[in-house]
Amino acid sequence: MNHRIAGAVAVFGAALLLTACGSADPAPAPSADAEQFKQVAQDPAGEITVWADATRVPVVEAYQKAHPEAKIKLVTYSGNANGATDLQTKVQLFDRTGSGWPDVAFSTTTADTAWAAFGAKPYAAPVDKVIDQSVLSGFSPGALDPCKVGENVYCVRNDLAQVVLWYNKKLLDEFGYQVPTTWEEYQTLGEKVATEHPGYLVGTAGDPWMPEIYLWASQCPASTVTEGKNVTVDLKNEKCTRAVSMIDTLIKAGSMSKSSVFDAGFIKDKAAKLLMAPGPSWYGQVLFNATFKIPKGEIAAAAPLKYAADSETFTGNVGGGVWYISSHSKNLKTAADLVSWVTTSDEAQGNAGTYPAFQSAATLWLSNQQATGYFAQDIAPAFTTAAKQVWPGWSATQYSHESIYASTVVPALNQGQTITSTLDAWQTAIKNKAATLGYKVS
Amino acid sequence: MAVASTSARRPEGGVRGGQKPSRAGYFFVSGYVILLVAFGILPTVYAVWLSISNSRGQLVGLGNFLRTFTDYRFAAAFTHIVVYVLIWLVTLMVLVVTLALMLHGRMRRTSAALRFVYYLPGALAGVASVVLWLILLDPANSPVGFILEAFGWDSLATVILPSHLPVLFTVIAFWTGAGGWILVMYGALNNIPAEILEAARADGAGTFRIAMRIQLPLLRKWIAYMLILAFATGTQLFVEPQLVSTASFGMIPDGWSPNQLSYQYAFQAGDFNGAAALAVDLLFVGLACATAVVFRGRMFERD
Repeated sequence: MNHRIAGAVAVFGAALLLTACGSADPAPAPSADAEQFKQVAQDPAGEITVWADATRVPVVEAYQKAHPEAKIKLVTYSGNANGATDLQTKVQLFDRTGSGWPDVAFSTTTADTAWAAFGAKPYAAPVDKVIDQSVLSGFSPGALDPCKVGENVYCVRNDLAQVVLWYNKKLLDEFGYQVPTTWEEYQTLGEKVATEHPGYLVGTAGDPWMPEIYLWASQCPASTVTEGKNVTVDLKNEKCTRAVSMIDTLIKAGSMSKSSVFDAGFIKDKAAKLLMAPGPSWYGQVLFNATFKIPKGEIAAAAPLKYAADSETFTGNVGGGVWYISSHSKNLKTAADLVSWVTTSDEAQGNAGTYPAFQSAATLWLSNQQATGYFAQDIAPAFTTAAKQVWPGWSATQYSHESIYASTVVPALNQGQTITSTLDAWQTAIKNKAATLGYKVS
Repeated sequence: MAVASTSARRPEGGVRGGQKPSRAGYFFVSGYVILLVAFGILPTVYAVWLSISNSRGQLVGLGNFLRTFTDYRFAAAFTHIVVYVLIWLVTLMVLVVTLALMLHGRMRRTSAALRFVYYLPGALAGVASVVLWLILLDPANSPVGFILEAFGWDSLATVILPSHLPVLFTVIAFWTGAGGWILVMYGALNNIPAEILEAARADGAGTFRIAMRIQLPLLRKWIAYMLILAFATGTQLFVEPQLVSTASFGMIPDGWSPNQLSYQYAFQAGDFNGAAALAVDLLFVGLACATAVVFRGRMFERD
């Protein structure tokens, strides 16, 4: 009896091999061509489905209140925070079933454009075909860059997350230190803090977004995507190693933490000892105020640090949400109106938790921040300077640098290794991940 | 599966053999059969079809299997799961049988309360119990943080280092899943006629000898049954690594277990055929193991 089963399996297997006539390679994703974007039949009075994270729900509700005639079905989801891929997961399923796409979707990661704007029928509609150019030109210079594929724009930026130098002014004055202006001064100060005030910290290296703070600012070519789906990965570049060896030095000295700022142990024991930290604009309210509960009047922000050898200052960017409009939407008019309103209007953005990408809203936002009295001094100069200095060479990729860093380098750090010693493994991890997603790696 | 009944007094067993099969039987199994076809057999057939075809619906033979087999994450994911399943099955078998024997033999008075306690974690939904463990495993929040710190693990990051993961997932899986099996084994022990045990005792056999020579051989089928099901759930590990990864901001690779890798294929790369090939790999491994255990454990023989 067992022989008969084995025979049947062998015959079945052979039949499979013989009938193989197609290629097993997954279908190559052709790049999006906005000229071919065709609207589906429109129904300007129809209901639209909006997916937003919990933070963005109030602003959609405010739109509904201001526009009672619009029919909106609001769905709360993760917003793809912390490396989640819920939107992509669901869109893949909707692509298979041929219905169900949300008309408007918010995502906390700008990297989503790398999949949303590609495919046989991309999920993201080119917003420059549905939103007026006069609106799009009001955004901060470079704010829409992560949304661009070729000449077309596939998403609307909600907020900027430019990296500035956060510091605890009260502590810094107490210790008698000056705010550094270059990375070299920053490293010297870090070493000094380690000997003069052990236990105090000048930054963290265990956050998944470490590459976006330090490597991005250092203009490291961690992933450079060019025409087609070609990517070069070069972590051994001097522009990367200068940041990495600085971090290794400070970790060894003891003034750079291996934890993440959101680690429960860090919040409990180290938050009050964080003298300074290069970090995104949302650190101010989200981290120092809401998470660390640092009292009013202690925290301040300085302009991004510069490498002494460079002629120009560049900085990084950690996130910054975007809104997508579905190319399958039956009511593009309402969808476009909603996205414009939530990203550009003073009502929606003036008191948002994050720095608005739309220029006129950002000005109002900064004066509102000043009015709260939380910060030790006006953060506007640092924020506006940094907003213009985000290095444009850091490519949006379909893979997340955050999850690769967190799963490859952070465990090694916690086993006592240096980042420098993991560079090979790290580089291989990026290349492997890129290759599995269809990139041609070199 | 009458053994799932934990009642010590089973009223007149054995009449069933003499009854005529009635039509009502078909009605009672129909609900199960419909669900099995809709959510078990049809999806399996669909997965097998996907695994041997490509996105254009052409047959590709074993192409998807070869392609996923050469993926750099394939060997790592299957190594992780083999180590985990080995630790998990051995722990499960030894501890569940030992605890059931103790429950049955020595602790008659407290047994009802203990059975309830064993069962309790199993009543929590899987995800909820993993979330509970996320708190227990973070030294900053954990009520047993001092134990973790005694091992030299002072942060969540050091607790969930890659080498610790199979043991951690075993602890979580044991806590959530073993209670139900202890009750099943307890029920099986109750099925052993008291005369046999008395006769053994009269012949001078001690507790240990009775356990080894009488109770364990008679439990063989239930242990085999437990191994098959635990093997199937073990190889399909998904929620634990996924949630621990989310909680640690991604310190566990997103393709740690084969099931996660399959998920990555389907939902990050949009490659449902590759995902199906990985799922079919797991199906074959599970079937092969079940076949081996069924024939080696002589499960379908009637005594």
